[in-house]
Amino acid sequence: MAEVSQQGEKNTAGKIRSNKSSTKIDMTPMVDLAFLLLTFFILTTTFNKPKAMELTMPEKIDITQPVGDKNVLNLILSENNKIFWYVGLEPPVFETNYSSAGVRKLLLNHKQRNPKLVVLIKPEDKSKYENIVDVLDEINITNTQRYAIVDLSDDDRRVLKTKKLMSLK
Amino acid sequence: MGKVKVHRTPPSLDMTPMVDLAFLLVTFFMLTTTFAPEEPVAVDIPKSVSEIILPDNDRMIITVANDGRVFFDMDNKNHRREMLQTIGQKYSVSFTEEEIKSFAILAGFGVPVRNLPQFLAMPPDERKQVVQPGIPVDSLNNELADWVVYARMSNPKLRVAVKGDRGANYDIVKKVVETLIERKVLRFNLITGLEQEV
Repeated sequence: MAEVSQQGEKNTAGKIRSNKSSTKIDMTPMVDLAFLLLTFFILTTTFNKPKAMELTMPEKIDITQPVGDKNVLNLILSENNKIFWYVGLEPPVFETNYSSAGVRKLLLNHKQRNPKLVVLIKPEDKSKYENIVDVLDEINITNTQRYAIVDLSDDDRRVLKTKKLMSLK
Repeated sequence: MGKVKVHRTPPSLDMTPMVDLAFLLVTFFMLTTTFAPEEPVAVDIPKSVSEIILPDNDRMIITVANDGRVFFDMDNKNHRREMLQTIGQKYSVSFTEEEIKSFAILAGFGVPVRNLPQFLAMPPDERKQVVQPGIPVDSLNNELADWVVYARMSNPKLRVAVKGDRGANYDIVKKVVETLIERKVLRFNLITGLEQEV
């Protein structure tokens, strides 16, 4: 196995004898170990760290800023990955999805038409966490400055109910 | 011709450069690697194009599992000890030195404070078997709020991150977010994976 050059054993007479045996060490076990460790660390290392999305929420205050009806785009995140949206307070309510041709196009269109646009994101209780992250992502992509995550109001529920009934027919 | 010459010397090759390289790589990986922290529950995180990297230190992670259970995690052993002691006083639950020690090195957890001593007394491998019920976040019994408050008291520099499963229902996430807002945590991070834009 590991043969380290042996010296001194036969040196009984106090005479320094030139050592003829080779000074080579068998490195195989060391290399085995090195590669074992290498494989282990390569396999356990994680390079892609999770990324994070910054979200700033307003403090809970009762004063609500009035915004013009026409500037408001309501996005209601519903169950089964559906988005219902309408402008202002009243229907018509439209349906869209989370694809880039869906909600992103919608945001871009409205932003172009109305620079004072305020997007209200209203997630229903049955919507998934992924939905809200997706919408926030699209808001970041389209660089929409003014948006808020709010709860559904009773008006929204009423509007949504009629829409859902209509789509059932 | 046609005579095959027999090699007398055994075929040997100089392995030194290869070994050098191998050890270089070993050293590199040993120094760069950070072991993925143990997760109390598997979470499938949603994807976004955001590229903010979450800092490694001074962070508190609130995990929302697929089934709506809530878990809490914070780094730094010393701050965890401090936090556990203050929260123990508040709930008048006393922890032994052993339990505090095992809490300090624990990963994320999702156990109500009252069950915590019992949970900490278990040996680590047994702890993994137990299905943790999650930290209560109801408005009547909101323990998460206390954890957030005491964690921030022990480490004011703490950043809050919410790690939600993509399939978690929004009403649980809403409760967590509302809890944070009520405790004046208005700026926080949502942990997401990186999405490859097509």
